[in-house]
Amino acid sequence: MAVHRLLRDSGHLLRPLLILLAGLGIFLLVRSAVVPKAFGQYGHYRPAALAVNRQNPLVFAGQGACVVCHDDEAKARAAGKHAHVACEACHGPQAQHAADPLALKPTLPDVATLCARCHAKDTAKPKTFPQVITAEHSGGVVCNTCHQPHNPHL
Amino acid sequence: MGVDGFMYPNEVELQWSLLIVLYPYITGLVAGAFILASLERVFKVEEVRPTYRLALLTALAFLLVAPLPLQLHLGHPERSFEMYLTPHRSSAMAMFGFVYLWYLMVVLLVEVWLEYRADIVAFSQSCQGVRRWIYKILTLGSGNVSPASLRVDNKVGYIITIIGIPSAFLLHGYVGFIFGSVKANPWWSTPLMPIVFLFSAMTSGIAAVLALYMVSMKLRKTPIDMRCVDTVAKYLFYMFVIDFSLEMLDLVQRTYEADESFRSLDFMVHTRLWTSQVVIQIFLGTLLPITLLAVTQLWKFTESLRRQVYLGASILTLVGILAMRWNVVIGGQLFSKSFLGYTTYKVQFAAREGLLPAVAMLILPFVLFFVLVKLLPPWQDSKPTEV
Amino acid sequence: MEISRRELLTKCSKLLILTATAAKALENSRTAPGHDDTYRMAEHWWGMIVDIDKCIGCGNCVRACSKENQVPQGYFRTWVERYQVTEDREHPLVESPNGAINGFSPATREDTKSFYVPKLCNHCADSPCVQVCPVGATFVSPDGVVLVDPDYCLGCRYCMQACPYGCRYFHPEKEIADKCTLCYHRITKGLTTACCESCPTGARQLVDLKDPKDPVHEFLRNNKVQVLKPQMATGSKVYYKNLDGSVR
Repeated sequence: MAVHRLLRDSGHLLRPLLILLAGLGIFLLVRSAVVPKAFGQYGHYRPAALAVNRQNPLVFAGQGACVVCHDDEAKARAAGKHAHVACEACHGPQAQHAADPLALKPTLPDVATLCARCHAKDTAKPKTFPQVITAEHSGGVVCNTCHQPHNPHL
Repeated sequence: MGVDGFMYPNEVELQWSLLIVLYPYITGLVAGAFILASLERVFKVEEVRPTYRLALLTALAFLLVAPLPLQLHLGHPERSFEMYLTPHRSSAMAMFGFVYLWYLMVVLLVEVWLEYRADIVAFSQSCQGVRRWIYKILTLGSGNVSPASLRVDNKVGYIITIIGIPSAFLLHGYVGFIFGSVKANPWWSTPLMPIVFLFSAMTSGIAAVLALYMVSMKLRKTPIDMRCVDTVAKYLFYMFVIDFSLEMLDLVQRTYEADESFRSLDFMVHTRLWTSQVVIQIFLGTLLPITLLAVTQLWKFTESLRRQVYLGASILTLVGILAMRWNVVIGGQLFSKSFLGYTTYKVQFAAREGLLPAVAMLILPFVLFFVLVKLLPPWQDSKPTEV
Repeated sequence: MEISRRELLTKCSKLLILTATAAKALENSRTAPGHDDTYRMAEHWWGMIVDIDKCIGCGNCVRACSKENQVPQGYFRTWVERYQVTEDREHPLVESPNGAINGFSPATREDTKSFYVPKLCNHCADSPCVQVCPVGATFVSPDGVVLVDPDYCLGCRYCMQACPYGCRYFHPEKEIADKCTLCYHRITKGLTTACCESCPTGARQLVDLKDPKDPVHEFLRNNKVQVLKPQMATGSKVYYKNLDGSVR
């Protein structure tokens, strides 16, 4: 009897409750359908993101690729002060050239601006690093008139 | 460029804009309005009963608008559902979706439904046309308005309000935690942040309901219940004093400790943040309304004068709390994390995150409020209207 | 029961095939999905070492990174700062003209302590940016690189607020959070990062803390090493040699 009375007086409360439960049920269904199955495999993220980040194209080839063909330049460089300067540090990104060497010939960098970037005198650069004021050093004559870029020491 | 000194190159542009200033303001109003409603329901401060339904509708109107500034700000709003699918448990922001839904569905909508059920059922029988159908749907199919069922409603509503109080605290407090837990930003990082946010929210919510009540009564040419507004104003005063004390505590401690960030922040407040922080937030938006309210507490004014003071103080409070949100959000991004430089924030006008959408989102709750008031009249003296 | 030689051979070869398949499957499952090469994430823990005494502020790294990763103009995955410290000033004079993408105009003051500091994402082991992402769109990979999932990021920008080092930016076209990926697409192929490749002085070097033969171990043992903002306890994996106390 008491139960009957309870239902009669509070029965209307079941309606919002049912709506809420139905909503929860739909949410759980949608969730199980939409969340990628592998999510959480390595951590709280989609493992596919690792692959996405690995798929970006190479723009710099890496000097390992250059040295395969350009053996002579590599030997000259290894004997000099630029031994640890990678090819693309001066020649710019060459992955496309490395992939198809004859189709894409790289243009030579502009020597004056290129060399000055590293070797222009600057009090913030390490004191032991070779740096000059071009006007005083060569009177404005371009660097590769005297210095061979792959083995620059005179 | 607008940069003084040195900033890390990626810091020059602000990431969280005017819209992110609006969001905590709006949820603050929701939490504050709800707390005022709970004053009557749970703490039995029956003087404020005339504002009970009004406060609920205010909370609902603002709550419905609250997600809009966030959606507009996101780079990919179409992905925002991900917060429900894969919430990152270590992120305070991840709880937004759940806290919001919980508060909207389980607390606010149920409480409004229980409070208005008798009226809804009456309207569903007396109205005609479209309105009849709207009310019929709102009854959720139950026409039971026996005294026993209404007593049950009252009891359940009481329990829901009790649950609603910490829910409201959570709804707005987590926003304070979002800022307060960022160790990278010394302007934001403090354990006081959620508490300051909460108390300023309650202050702004009470001020909003006070102002809305007085304006609504004026528009309806109904006499204002002075006992009610006197009590609401009293609570506004107390809340504001607590809020101001907390903010001053933060300021005093910061100044005293003077850690590595202090000089940079101090300079920022004295230059870029002077108008919004010192002039608008502290003087016009806090000290002036507190003084006005204190004066009415200490001396007896005429009813008319008291009403004007309350309205003025409420509006100043609302402006002041908005300025506080601005100073936290924007201020936190104006200085460099290197402590060596500052940038500027230029509010655009008709852009996606500009002044125009911001103003629209501040007006929209009032439009919704108007619709809700027509649908669910909060006035004790109203009768079901015909179409 | 007697087993004939034929049955034994058949059973053994079946077992062998099954074992080989299982081993291959296990091997595949431990690499990143979708790749059948030899890179194993569990064998690496990437970081970087920077020698302040070698950086000449040429800006090669900034340009290389920009080209390798199509970094939008005006935003920086890496940049170089120049510090000029004098006794008469309370704070150092710091500059980074356009992130040093075109290098610096030469400093001329002789009476200052001046040096260059390259900066990048520190790929923190206890990353605060990962901690705050609401959906799991940024993460620390099993090999120690902090990455962004470009198809999952909402663009809420919480990670940018949480990074103490200013290394994240909002990509204007993709409208997601973006940052240095430690050239993940290169290091997983045995190459080095674009910035390290083009650094002419070897000031920047990619290191693998899990490789016992990596120079990083000697570097950490023999030098005065510092990370940026150590008080933040982010577990930064970019180690600077001879970093001055004035560096922010």
